[in-house]
Amino acid sequence: MNTESNVAREALDSQQAAPAVMSVTRPFYWSIRRELWENRWIYIAPLAVAAVFLFGFLVTAGHHVRTQMRAALTVDPGKQRAAILLPYEIAAGLIMVTVFILTVFYCLEALHSERRDRSILFWKSLPVSDITTVLSKATIPCALQLFAFALTFVTQFIMLLLSSAVLAGSGLSVATLWNQVAFYSTSLGLLYHLVTVHILWYAPIYGWLLLVSAWARRAPFLWAVLPPVAIIFLEKLVFDTTYFAALLQYRFSGPETPSFNRGSGSMGYMTHFNLGNFLATPGLWMGLVVAAAFLFAAIRLRRHRGPN
Amino acid sequence: MASIEARGLRKTFGTTIALDGVNLRVEEGRILGLIGPNGAGKTTALNAILGLTPYQGELRVLGRDPWTARDDLVRDVCFIADVAVLPRWIKVSQALDYVAGVHPRFDRAKAESFLARTTIRRTSKVRELSKGMVAQLHLAIVMAIDARLLVLDEPTLGLDILYRKQFYDSLLNDYFDRSRTIVVTTHQVEEVEHVLTDLMFIDRGQIVLDCSMEEVESRYLEVMVNPEKMSAARALRPIYERQVFGRSILLFDGVDRQQLAALGEVRAPGIADLFVAVMSSRSGGTQGAAR
Repeated sequence: MNTESNVAREALDSQQAAPAVMSVTRPFYWSIRRELWENRWIYIAPLAVAAVFLFGFLVTAGHHVRTQMRAALTVDPGKQRAAILLPYEIAAGLIMVTVFILTVFYCLEALHSERRDRSILFWKSLPVSDITTVLSKATIPCALQLFAFALTFVTQFIMLLLSSAVLAGSGLSVATLWNQVAFYSTSLGLLYHLVTVHILWYAPIYGWLLLVSAWARRAPFLWAVLPPVAIIFLEKLVFDTTYFAALLQYRFSGPETPSFNRGSGSMGYMTHFNLGNFLATPGLWMGLVVAAAFLFAAIRLRRHRGPN
Repeated sequence: MASIEARGLRKTFGTTIALDGVNLRVEEGRILGLIGPNGAGKTTALNAILGLTPYQGELRVLGRDPWTARDDLVRDVCFIADVAVLPRWIKVSQALDYVAGVHPRFDRAKAESFLARTTIRRTSKVRELSKGMVAQLHLAIVMAIDARLLVLDEPTLGLDILYRKQFYDSLLNDYFDRSRTIVVTTHQVEEVEHVLTDLMFIDRGQIVLDCSMEEVESRYLEVMVNPEKMSAARALRPIYERQVFGRSILLFDGVDRQQLAALGEVRAPGIADLFVAVMSSRSGGTQGAAR
């Protein structure tokens, strides 16, 4: 064999092998990593919130837990449970709200900042398609909700351990605390709530924000907020109706089915859930279709819109 | 084999015509300089070639339609569009990790060895680097990608002369071989002059000059005409006339060298002078385009 044909064949082999070696998932994986490099605040901020909350809890734990437990033991079981659960609910709520706000700002920046600093020209010089890029950016909001769950789980567990230590020290019943908190079923409820509402039900919200982020030349926040507000006003003015406002309210407040029972004021809404009812809600599926349409439009915009 | 082939390439933005029926053909292994005034359509042409913008007309890049087959094409094409498009938040090491992660033709060791010649630290963020260093980093990344076509759009704009010279030196010595094609646009014509194998002038969306550097040298001559020979010189229909230190310099297209030598001192014109000559003869309208 002469060397020249060997070299030629090697070159041919490597050319054919290269695309095969690079699977579809690799660009996606690296796109996700790139998002986390660029937007470190999306996970650092919730961690900081959890840390501050835990610190506050630690400082006041000794006093609080004891008085709470004593007080709780004297009143009726319903109130007792609510009193014990309160700090856990605050922790969960704080992390959930923080992550939601961060998600909103992440989505608005996701496809806007790369155009603002023109780095889109660099990203587009690499073999990562617009579909992969936009889908990786759309994955982050979902992943963040799961991160919120994991963070809440860990935070609440640490709170439980701290409270147990305090209670054990003062001779009160640790078992009552663990019974009332019902840690694992509460956590399961939280996970259910985050997946159904914060991921699936809110999907069109994230989709809309990503679309605006891909479309707006500047001030994506205003472009995301003003058109819906304008529509509400126009509808009121022209037709004297509030269908659009009701639609938005329905979307933000979550599906009004028995799948969530918020009335009790405790973590009840997390423990009484009904997946069947949720999946049978037409609003869920319509929302997902709308979210997919928004994402499709965002992909097309990133593809068609010139770099500037 | 042609790397780039365009026939009747058109692109309009509203009523503005950015590309007005461009025909061009760039063979493999050439280094083409695409030169034109601001707003001539250079970047639009490059964007079409890179599949960044839709267009009308026929365009094949490495045998593919760059708009419909962009995801496929981008593995074989590299580009540096303007200086400073590297994201400012990224760390040097992250940039290398990312490109190594997504590009099947990226040779990380090669990029590292290019970077070793610079003072760029792996832990620095792009925002902490000087403009020249960012250009070095981008070039190191691009040169480590085994691509068949490299497109450079004003790659050295705003860099000082040392970086600019170094940029083209590395490109020629460490990257270019006869199987790759390079297309470069720049305003700093003098610096690419000795790098190019082909030259193309573009003006108002049209190609007004398209020839190899050998052709340029054989076709165009500049004469510092002796004052008493001026009328004889003008009779040979120079395409451009300018004054330097009180002497007239006339630029001729396709006039015999022997004939010109009788008029005064003959030399090859610089691309910058040729560019000015071709552009002003177009806008003057008294002479035809230079081809």
